[in-house]
Amino acid sequence: MRAIRQILAVTWLNLRNLPRRLGTSVVAVVGVAAVVLVFAAVLSMAKGFEKTMVAAGSDDTAIIMRKGSTSELNSGLSNDQVLIIANAPGVFKDGNVPVMSAELYVVVDVKKKSNDGDANVPFRGIQPGAFAVRKDVTIADGRMFEEGKNEIIVGLAAQREFAGLATGSTIHFGQTEWSVVGSFDAGGSVSESELWTDVRVLQNSYRRGNSFQSVRVKLQSKESITELEAALETDPRIDPDVMTEKEYYSSQAAPLSQFIKVIGYPLTVLMAIGAIFGALNSMYSSVSVRGKEIATLRALGFGPIAILFSTIIESTLLALTGGLIGGGLAFLVFNGFQVSTLNSASFSQVVFDFAVTGDLLVDGLSVALIIGVVGGLFPAVRAARLPVAQALREL
Amino acid sequence: MKYFRLVWKNAWRKKIRTSLTVLSVFVAFLLFALLSAIGQAFEGGADVADADRLVVIDKVSLINSLPMSYLDRIAAVDGVQSVTHSSWFGGYYQDPRNQFAQFPVDPSSFMAMYPEYKIPREQLDAWAKDRTGAIVGQELATQYGWKIGDQIPMQATIWTKADGGRTWEFKLDGIFSTDDPRGSAAMMLFQYDYFDEARAFGKGTAGWYILRVKPDADPIQVARTIDAQFANSPSETKTSTEAAFAQSFTKQFGNIALIVSLILGAVFFTLLLVSGNTMSQSVRERISELAVLKTLGFDDRTVLGIVLSESILIMMVGGMLGLGVGWIAVQGLAKELASFLPGLFLSPAAMMLAVAFMVGAGILAGIFPALKAMRLSIVDALARA
Amino acid sequence: MTEILAHLSGVNRTYQKGKEKVEVLHNLDLDIPQGDFVAIMGPSGSGKTTLLNLLGGLDKPSAGSVRVGDAEISAMSNSQLSHWRSTNVGFIFQFYNLLPVLTAQRNVELPLLLTKFNAKERARRAAIALDIVGLSERAKHYPRELSGGQEQRVAIARAIVSDPSLLLCDEPTGDLDRETADEILKLLQLLNSEHGKTIVMVTHDAQAASYAKRTLHCDKGTLEVREAA
Repeated sequence: MRAIRQILAVTWLNLRNLPRRLGTSVVAVVGVAAVVLVFAAVLSMAKGFEKTMVAAGSDDTAIIMRKGSTSELNSGLSNDQVLIIANAPGVFKDGNVPVMSAELYVVVDVKKKSNDGDANVPFRGIQPGAFAVRKDVTIADGRMFEEGKNEIIVGLAAQREFAGLATGSTIHFGQTEWSVVGSFDAGGSVSESELWTDVRVLQNSYRRGNSFQSVRVKLQSKESITELEAALETDPRIDPDVMTEKEYYSSQAAPLSQFIKVIGYPLTVLMAIGAIFGALNSMYSSVSVRGKEIATLRALGFGPIAILFSTIIESTLLALTGGLIGGGLAFLVFNGFQVSTLNSASFSQVVFDFAVTGDLLVDGLSVALIIGVVGGLFPAVRAARLPVAQALREL
Repeated sequence: MKYFRLVWKNAWRKKIRTSLTVLSVFVAFLLFALLSAIGQAFEGGADVADADRLVVIDKVSLINSLPMSYLDRIAAVDGVQSVTHSSWFGGYYQDPRNQFAQFPVDPSSFMAMYPEYKIPREQLDAWAKDRTGAIVGQELATQYGWKIGDQIPMQATIWTKADGGRTWEFKLDGIFSTDDPRGSAAMMLFQYDYFDEARAFGKGTAGWYILRVKPDADPIQVARTIDAQFANSPSETKTSTEAAFAQSFTKQFGNIALIVSLILGAVFFTLLLVSGNTMSQSVRERISELAVLKTLGFDDRTVLGIVLSESILIMMVGGMLGLGVGWIAVQGLAKELASFLPGLFLSPAAMMLAVAFMVGAGILAGIFPALKAMRLSIVDALARA
Repeated sequence: MTEILAHLSGVNRTYQKGKEKVEVLHNLDLDIPQGDFVAIMGPSGSGKTTLLNLLGGLDKPSAGSVRVGDAEISAMSNSQLSHWRSTNVGFIFQFYNLLPVLTAQRNVELPLLLTKFNAKERARRAAIALDIVGLSERAKHYPRELSGGQEQRVAIARAIVSDPSLLLCDEPTGDLDRETADEILKLLQLLNSEHGKTIVMVTHDAQAASYAKRTLHCDKGTLEVREAA
């Protein structure tokens, strides 16, 4: 108890004369703030991207592609194969009709609004079942395209990110002119980066005959995936890859989010090391400015432990202040900031928002805490070991 | 120069403080080196591009193939010296994570188009004669331990064979490298003839064409002529210089350069604060000494110079160390990550920029303390001491 | 008739202290001949140090003129004064004011950095100066490794190394014990008699003043001349 009272008393004294060392203290705080800001900003990019990809995936929707294709773009399925899939066991039926959508996935060049560069925007041909196999997709504005017509609906994120996709406008891809008749909301998931049209129309305009690239089916239950997989694997007419949509999208997300993390974590570690130097500097100068005061306290009977902890506490408080500022700034500036990038896994653009999440902020504050404790430790030891008599004589 | 000893000794007056400052500068420039190498990996494609090479792709999207008949029609365009083609194979080796670029090409015209890829003559000849042969870049050969004569099975993700198989087996006939440190040869090349004959669909097409314009021809004009020739056909084209093509790819990734500069901005801001603070602390402690120097006849400008030099010196010591270690690290990483992130390279321009930043940051950090030292009134300063 | 080295005429020096004007020196006239050794005594705030600063070109008069040698230093710019100081005056302070980061030798060499001498010549001259003050064997020591008297000797070596004709000493023995103080004062006497340095020394200490050829008493901004005791 006495020790704690001593620590609190000395800490209070330290903080009281903080204004006298404002310069160094501010530098330490800003240093930590910068680390947490960069940490949160970079990793919020990975978080936001993952969130967008994961939001799209559901457990009770299966996606079937040709074996070996790593993404829809690479896959190919014939109409016959699509029919086999539709009638396979495990597929949920609405009455007698299987709930499914056979789709064609191509990319088209559209200008990015932000830098006027060409972007590989995904252009998907769908069947009416597309809305039933995906959760939370609704028409936000305008209307659904009419089957058989050169009409498209546009994801909300794509509409914000790419040029020329406003509802009511027309856009040319090659020889074909398309009317944008509406936009759709997909809860911020990756589908919102896409343009959708009737799969038959897309097949014609891309000379794909009667072929598709992927089939999405609604499963009777989450467990039905094994049943479906077993049935399709043994069918000699088809050589498919069967996975849940969730599995598919997390595999699509992995390379890019991995990449951001591979860059982001070492970056944070290096910056944190830099910030520790800043904190050390600040705390050493704090100890040297307070040399006489510390010696006086020691002479009055305060123990070295009290001096030690008070110095560490001061440094930790400074670092946490910096962490809060950095995290707060990251949240204010980056949270919800929309970007789009080329997801190399699908060779097409994904529009996503930076997500500065709570656990990211907690991680950032932990980094700040580490900087504070490490930055305070060595100066604290020096303060506690200060030879009392000598320090009193100086000054 | 004769003031160097004084500046150096002053800089190290408080060893811990100066060491800590030097270390944070070190970290900042290490980061600078790494980040600019990453930026270069994204943006560097345009730097290695040959100004006389044009790329012809499908106007709607790069993923659409172009008819093989275009080869002769492009070759016939005025101002075109030579033309070759390439396609995206998109397979992997053993595991889907082992991804690198693979292109079915025509060996002799492709290698003639890219003189920067160096391969021994006899290996090229052997490959040209070997229908199922392939050559790979040095980086890949090192990474996967491939030797000439090895059989390399590649798993197709797009191109199933006509017989339904997805495994394409190639015999390694040669290993090539690039002589440009910014470039990358992390790719596999194999024979188009074999590929086109064996694939299940898409026969008779190429992914894109690459052409070289004659030295006296205007590349822009050539590009326009080609695109006009295929206008209103089912496969319209978009022809651009190799640099513009590379840039359009970079732009697809979003503004990586901006993000990198934002991070660097945050780093430098912090760095300036730390070292500016060190400098002003150090000047504050030395007011009376600076006054003595002025008493001895050191004029205002010399005192300013001495304080500024100290700040620049601290930046240079930490910065050069950081840049040096960064350079070594980039060399190592470039080898390690050759197929994951090819083109990691710390360019001479980036290094010059770093040195300019060191001097600039040194001046910015030191200027206010230095001005304070310069304007110091001797009488007041001595009286205070 | 000896030549006049320093000539002050009608010198006024006023400082602004808050809203009040304080006149430190009032209409002062003073001649210091070549080869003189003057002690200036007087209570705190009597303007002794101000007088010294004016002679050394560290401060400028509010009115009147200060001439040292051929130079009208009261009319010089700051940078002209810097240059002038480096060759014409040497300063000796109460607290020595050596740079702690440099050795004795390097401290002495400091003023020579402002000259065109090369490193070898600078070292040679600094060695001579250290020899004059009797500290050759301490050349490689840092100030913190020297006693107060030794530090003051290094400071004196530094003051004479560029061979100025005028030495200005502000309480040179104020921080030293009697015995060491006497040694330093004898050294100053030697510099005056053997090396022809003109010395102006501000002091509180009558015994120190007794080493000078004459003593001036400074009070309320005016001077009163008395012969040396």
